[in-house]
Amino acid sequence: MFSLVRSMWLIFLHMFHKRETYQYPEQKAPLPARWRGRIALTRDPDGGERCVGCYLCAAACPVDCISLQSTEDESGRRYPEFFRINFSRCIFCGFCEEACPTYAIQLLPDFEMAEYSRQQLVYEKEDLLINSQGKYPGYNYYKIAGMAIQGKDKGDAKNEEPPVDVKSLLP
Amino acid sequence: MPIINIDNKNYEVKEGKNLLEACLSLGLNLPYFCWHPALGAVGACRQCAVKVFKDADDTKGRIIMSCMEPVKDQLRMSIDDKDARNFREHVIGWLMTNHPHDCAVCDEGGACHLQDMTVMTGHSYRDYHFTKRTYNNQYLGPFLNHEMNRCIQCYRCVRFYKDFAGGKDLDVFAAHNHVYFGRQQDGILESEFSGNLAEICPTGVFTDKTLKQHYTRKWDLTSAASVCQGCGLGCNILAGERYGAVRQITNRFNAAVNGYFLCDRGRYGYEFVNSDQRIKTPMVHHGPAEQSNGIPVLEHVHHRMVPGKTIGIGSPRASLESNAVLKELVGADNFYLGVSAADHDLVSLSLRLLRQGPVRAASLQDAAAADVVLILGEDVTNTAPMLALSVRQAVRRIPVAAAQQQVHLAAWQDAAIREAVQEDKGPLFILSMQETKLDEIAQGAWHTAPDNIARIGYAVSHLLNDTIPEVTGMSEQGRDIAATIAKTLKSAAHPLIIAGYGGGSEAILKSAANVAWALHDLGIDAMLSFTVPECNSMGLEMLDGHRLESAVERALNNGADTAIVLENDLYRRLNQHSADLFFNNIKSVILLDHLYNTTAEKATVILPAGTFAESDGTLVNNEGRAQRFFQVFTPTTAVQESWRWLLQVAAVSGHAVLSSLQHLDDVVKFIAATYPQFDGITTLTPDAHFRLAGQKVPREPHRYSGRTAMLANENVSEPKPAEDEDTALSFTMEGYRGEPPSSMIPFFWQPGWNSVQAVNKYQVETGGPLHDGNAGKRLIEPNVNGHTPFYTEVPEPYLPLKEHLLLVPCYHIFGSEELSIHTPGIAARMPAPYLLLHSEDAKRFQVTEGHLLHFMDNGHHYTLPVIINDTLQQGVAGIPVGLPGMQIAEAPQLIKV
Repeated sequence: MFSLVRSMWLIFLHMFHKRETYQYPEQKAPLPARWRGRIALTRDPDGGERCVGCYLCAAACPVDCISLQSTEDESGRRYPEFFRINFSRCIFCGFCEEACPTYAIQLLPDFEMAEYSRQQLVYEKEDLLINSQGKYPGYNYYKIAGMAIQGKDKGDAKNEEPPVDVKSLLP
Repeated sequence: MPIINIDNKNYEVKEGKNLLEACLSLGLNLPYFCWHPALGAVGACRQCAVKVFKDADDTKGRIIMSCMEPVKDQLRMSIDDKDARNFREHVIGWLMTNHPHDCAVCDEGGACHLQDMTVMTGHSYRDYHFTKRTYNNQYLGPFLNHEMNRCIQCYRCVRFYKDFAGGKDLDVFAAHNHVYFGRQQDGILESEFSGNLAEICPTGVFTDKTLKQHYTRKWDLTSAASVCQGCGLGCNILAGERYGAVRQITNRFNAAVNGYFLCDRGRYGYEFVNSDQRIKTPMVHHGPAEQSNGIPVLEHVHHRMVPGKTIGIGSPRASLESNAVLKELVGADNFYLGVSAADHDLVSLSLRLLRQGPVRAASLQDAAAADVVLILGEDVTNTAPMLALSVRQAVRRIPVAAAQQQVHLAAWQDAAIREAVQEDKGPLFILSMQETKLDEIAQGAWHTAPDNIARIGYAVSHLLNDTIPEVTGMSEQGRDIAATIAKTLKSAAHPLIIAGYGGGSEAILKSAANVAWALHDLGIDAMLSFTVPECNSMGLEMLDGHRLESAVERALNNGADTAIVLENDLYRRLNQHSADLFFNNIKSVILLDHLYNTTAEKATVILPAGTFAESDGTLVNNEGRAQRFFQVFTPTTAVQESWRWLLQVAAVSGHAVLSSLQHLDDVVKFIAATYPQFDGITTLTPDAHFRLAGQKVPREPHRYSGRTAMLANENVSEPKPAEDEDTALSFTMEGYRGEPPSSMIPFFWQPGWNSVQAVNKYQVETGGPLHDGNAGKRLIEPNVNGHTPFYTEVPEPYLPLKEHLLLVPCYHIFGSEELSIHTPGIAARMPAPYLLLHSEDAKRFQVTEGHLLHFMDNGHHYTLPVIINDTLQQGVAGIPVGLPGMQIAEAPQLIKV
C-alpha cells in the first residue's frame, strides 16, 4: 500500500523537473561538436579545397560508399574531379574523417538529411563542399607538404630548407 | 645445401646466395631498399641489418648487412634480435628525416615500398623536429614524373638506368647529404626502358606520368594478367582498370620472358583502349536501296555472307581464338592472312627455320644468358626492345665470369663485380643497315645493305662448316669481319644469333639459320632469336592461310563478294593502290575492330571488337610461346571479343561446328583439337571451372573501394556485378584470397607488401620462377635429331646504281606500331616522316639535310625531307615504317629517284 503511494508521489514530483523531451522540429537538440552527422568537404584558410583526392577515405569506408577521381589543376594542386557519397549506404562511422590526412572530410553535427527518394541521398561534390574550415581551423596541407604548387615553391613549406644547389661542389 | 640457423631454427638454403635472398626466399620478412634481384646487392641503404653469431654460445653477436653476406653452412643469425630491430628502425628513422609530408598527393602511396618497410620496422613516430632538405624537380618527358624530395638515396635508379639498361642521361649529382638523382638538365629521358624507374624506385621519386592523368591507387584497380601487344616478344603485363578505362600497365614477372622489366612502348602504349577513336556500337552502312533498319546487326552480317563468296582476313594483332574462329567460319580455302607480303615471307620463313632446324628459339632470359651475340640486320632496340635489354645483359656474361674468377666473389656483389669488370664487354657483333643503339656496346658493328649482311652471314657459316659454299667476290674487309665473327663464335658456349623482320630480307634469316645450325653441328649450344612484327604474328602464321595479295586478286576476278576483316587496317598491309582496288571490288566489308581507321571508312558493317583489355585470348610470341591474356573489365558498351562476335554470327547462320561453341574454353579446346600445332594450349591456364577452396580468383584487391557509390549517380541501386563465364576469375573483390596459379595472378599483393616488391612472395626463390612455374607454353620445339640442308643460295653483293637508291626499312619503338601511337606521350616522341641518305648520295641528288626529295614507287608519290646519316652504305636510303600518314613502301627495294 505504502509503495503504491510512494510511486505516485515520485511521479507527481516529476511534473516540476526539467523537461528532457525536445519539441523537435520546432526545438532543435543541441549536438556536441564531435557528433557524427552529415559529411562535408571543408576548405583551407585560403579558401582552397582541402581534399587532395588521396582515396584514403574511400579505402577506409567499410560500406564502400565513397567514390572519387583525383585530378590536378594547372597550379599543381590535386583535387577531386568528382566526389560522391552514397548516404543511403553511409553508416556515419567516421572512419573517413579519421583516415583523411588533410582534415578535408569532416562529419558535422547535423542529421537532417532525410529524403523521400533514395536517389536523392547520393551527394556529389557540389553538395558536400562547404565554405568553411569545419572543426580544424588554420590547417593548410600544402603549407606543410613538400609538393611545390603555384605560389609555394620548394623550400617554402613549414620547416623546409631552401632547395639544394646541385652545383655546390663546383669550385 | 648449406643449413643456416635463423632465430634458433634451422633452414636449408641455396648455396651462392646472400643472406637477404635466403631469408626472403624462405618467406621471412626482412626490410631492404637497395637490393634488387635483377640488380644485385651494393649494401647502400643499411636497411637489411641482421645479427650474426659466432656459434651457439655467442650471445652478443655482431650486426651485418644481410645483403652483403654470403650464405655459409652452419651460420647462426637472427632477424628478430632486439639490436638488429632497433638498428633497422633507426635507419628508417634517418631516411624519413627528410622525407616530405606528401603521401596523400604521392602516386606511389598504397604501392610504396618505403611505406611497407616503415611499417615493417615499426618506425611510427617522428623524433626529428628540425628542417627538411628540399630539391627542385626536373621535367623528364611524357612518361615519368620526378619528385626528388621523396628520395632515400638507395641508388637503385642509376643502377638500373645506367648499369643495367645502358642509359646515359640519368645520373647522380652533388655529394654527401644532398645527392641528386636526375638529368644534367631538364629533358626527355632517352632510354627506351625509362618507365621501369617507376617500379624500381622504392618510393615516389619516379612515378608513372600517364597514370597521373587518371590517377587511381593500386587497391582500386581491377586488374588481370595480360600479355603486351606492343611487339612480338609477348612480355607479361598486368593491366589495371577503373571507371571503365585502363589506368596503368605494370610488369608481371615471368622468369622465362620479361623478368622484372618492360619497355616504354609496352608500359605506356595502352591508351588506345581509352581512345575517343574507339568503335563502341555496331554499325551498318545502309545503301540507298537497302532499308534495313531494325534488323539485328548479326542478321545483316548473315545476309551478306554468300557461301563460297565470303572471305576472311585474319590479323596478327588479334588473338589466336579470333583468327581460328574466323578461319573456321569462312573455311580454310577462304581464309587469308592479313599481313603484308614482306611480313608474311619473313615470319613464315622464321617459323620454318625454327621448326625444321635443330636450333631452339631463345626466350628473352635465354638471350640474356648468352655469351656471344651476333645480330644480323636488325635494330633490336626498335624492333624488339626487350631483346635489346637482354643483349645488354648478355655482353656482361664473359667479363663477369672472368671477374668472379679473379676476385672470388658471387655475381650478386654488384658494386665489386662492376669495379672488377670496368668497361669490359663480351663479344657482340652487329651487322645492320645503319647505326643502332647497341653499337656502343658491340665489339664490332658494321653497316651495309641487307644483301651484304646476308653475304657476311653466309661467309661466317662457311668458316664454321665447309659444306656451306664459300662466298665469292668478298672484299678484304668483309672476309676479315667474317673471320673475326666465326672465330669468336667457335669459342662460345651459348651463342645467340638474332635476325628478324627488321632487316626485311629472307637471305639474312637464312644466313642466320646457317650460322646457328653450323654451330650446332660443332656441338655448341647455339640459340636463334627471330623477331616478328606483331604480338600474334607467329600464332597467325602457325594457323596458316593464304596470302593477302591472293585475296586482292580474287576480289578483282569477282571471286569474293564479302570480306570479313578481323582487327586489321588493310591500308597498313597493302599499298594504297591495291587496298583501294580490293575495296572497290568487294560488295560488303564486315569489319571487327576497336579503332576507326581507313579500313573502317570502307566497311559496310562494323562490329565493335574488344581490345586486349576487354578480351580473353591467346597470343604466340616470336619464340613460339603461347600465352593467355585475360579480360580486365566488362565494357558497358556493345564491345566484345572478336571471337564471340564471330561465334554469334556462326550461330545465326547455323554453322555446324561453331554454333556449338560458346565460351573461351570451348574455343580453345576446338583449336587444340583441330590444329595439332596448337596442342597444349588448353593447359595454359586453369579452365573456367577451376576453383580454389570453392571460390574464383578476384580481379579486385580486398581494399577495393567505392562499390556502392561509383555507379550511384546513375542509379542508387547497385547493379549485379558482371560475371565471368569464360575464366576462373571474378570481376569483383569476392573470392579466394590466397595465391592463385601463376598464369592468372591479377596483382601482386601480400600482407605487409603492397608494392610491386611483393613479387618476392610469389617466387620459388628471389628472382626465380613463380610458385607453379612460368606462365605460357612453348609450341615450337627444334627438330633436334633431324637435319635440314644448309642454305646455299648466296645473294649477289649490293652495289650502288646510278639514279637509284635501295630503300631499307627503319623501325621506331615510338611510331612504328599501330596502336601504341594513340598514347599522346608516345605520339610526341614519334619522328616525322623522313628519308635517310648518305652524304655522298645527298651530293649526288643535290640535296642537303631538310630538303625534300621526291620519288615514285608503285605509282605512289613520296616527298620526304632528307636526313643525312653517314652510317648508311652509299646507295642505300632508310625509310621509316609504320608512321601514321606514311604510305607503306616495300622495303628493301630499289627505287628510281
